[in-house]
Amino acid sequence: MTRLDDATLVRLRDALREPDLSGTRYRLLGPVGSGGMGTVYAVEDTELGRRVGLKILDLEDAEVEARLRREASVLARLEHPGIVPVHDVGRLIDGRAFYTMKLVQGEQLDRYAAREHPLPERLRVFLRVAEAVAFAHARGVLHRDLKPQNVMIGPFGEVLVLDWGLAKVLDDPRPGANGGAAARLRLPGDTGEGAVLGTPGFMAPEQQSGGSAAVDTRADVFSLGALLQWLAEERPPAALRAIVRKAMEHLPSDRYPSVEALAADVERFLDGAAVSAYPEGLLRRAARVAARHRIALGLVAAYLLGRGLILLFTGH
Amino acid sequence: MSRITVALLVGGALGILDGLTAWFTPEVRSQLLGIVAGSTVKGLIAGALIGLFARKAERTAPTLVFGTGVGALLALVIALLQGSHYLEIILPGTLVGLLTGYATMRYGRQRAAASATVR
Repeated sequence: MTRLDDATLVRLRDALREPDLSGTRYRLLGPVGSGGMGTVYAVEDTELGRRVGLKILDLEDAEVEARLRREASVLARLEHPGIVPVHDVGRLIDGRAFYTMKLVQGEQLDRYAAREHPLPERLRVFLRVAEAVAFAHARGVLHRDLKPQNVMIGPFGEVLVLDWGLAKVLDDPRPGANGGAAARLRLPGDTGEGAVLGTPGFMAPEQQSGGSAAVDTRADVFSLGALLQWLAEERPPAALRAIVRKAMEHLPSDRYPSVEALAADVERFLDGAAVSAYPEGLLRRAARVAARHRIALGLVAAYLLGRGLILLFTGH
Repeated sequence: MSRITVALLVGGALGILDGLTAWFTPEVRSQLLGIVAGSTVKGLIAGALIGLFARKAERTAPTLVFGTGVGALLALVIALLQGSHYLEIILPGTLVGLLTGYATMRYGRQRAAASATVR
């Protein structure tokens, strides 16, 4: 009997894992990445002649399939430049469900942030994430799993919020529709009301306690606060720290009431304006205003200096 | 406020202030009112020109160069008409042009882009 070497075994195992796309309009190009419930492959849409991403379940499982289909339907209702569009939903001949989406290329936010980027640039990326989440909220969808790994920065600087598998649809009346078939800390198996959905460190306290019904848009505000804290440098300015603190308050009622309110404070911080989360004294306010208008003040000072010098040296 | 409004306001205000500094020159103090009026008109003309340029260029560096040039040129004309006090008129006038250019770009609002309608 011939023994197979390790490399051959790995190739055989990969070949067995590869989905059989016969009967679909897609041709497999290769794996892109894997998540909690499935794997994403790069495929070619042979009818339209374009590359798309195909997300497929790793196992045939009714509950996880329901979640995949729900993710697809959630994405389908969120048409926004910061959210990956879904193209198609279907089933492979082996019975596994799949959906196709825009093929997202770029790097995850954690890899992006590992490199040197000035704070304003990081905050502008944060604002793009907040914009996409605010849009989803306006459409009645909570993300519930915002973290650096679920944000992608494209090659042209586009910011995309990914992985809506734990999303909660606020007006969805179906039993278990809001994550009942989802995972406890992303592990398949724990289901139903009371399941803890999200990622520790980025998950709001009310999410950690497992009360899906108690979770509202302010849970995403908390996660965005954690993301902001993570994106900010080691020693962020006091006003930015105050914004993070307010977004991550233990009680939802103490947080920003909406993602828009949080984003507005971050924008004000970027503009050098006063932020609502950080009450400041007269001196600090004067220093901030002076810093904000330093060039104009410098030019006025130059003008006055010029006038003073003329007065000094010419006597008039 | 639009760029032109900001430029007119800043140019006019700085023109008034610039004119008022003539008070420090005793021999022209008696003509202060005329100097302030002339300086204000000069500031408004500079503001209008700088505002129009800023709206067209929408770039800070060219607007600063243009503002400085306009300020210097108008001040030179005044100094030539006066025939004296060249430094006292041209140096502050140039700085006023630079300040007006900067303020226009920093505090003036960009003109909204024309929106397309999909039918």
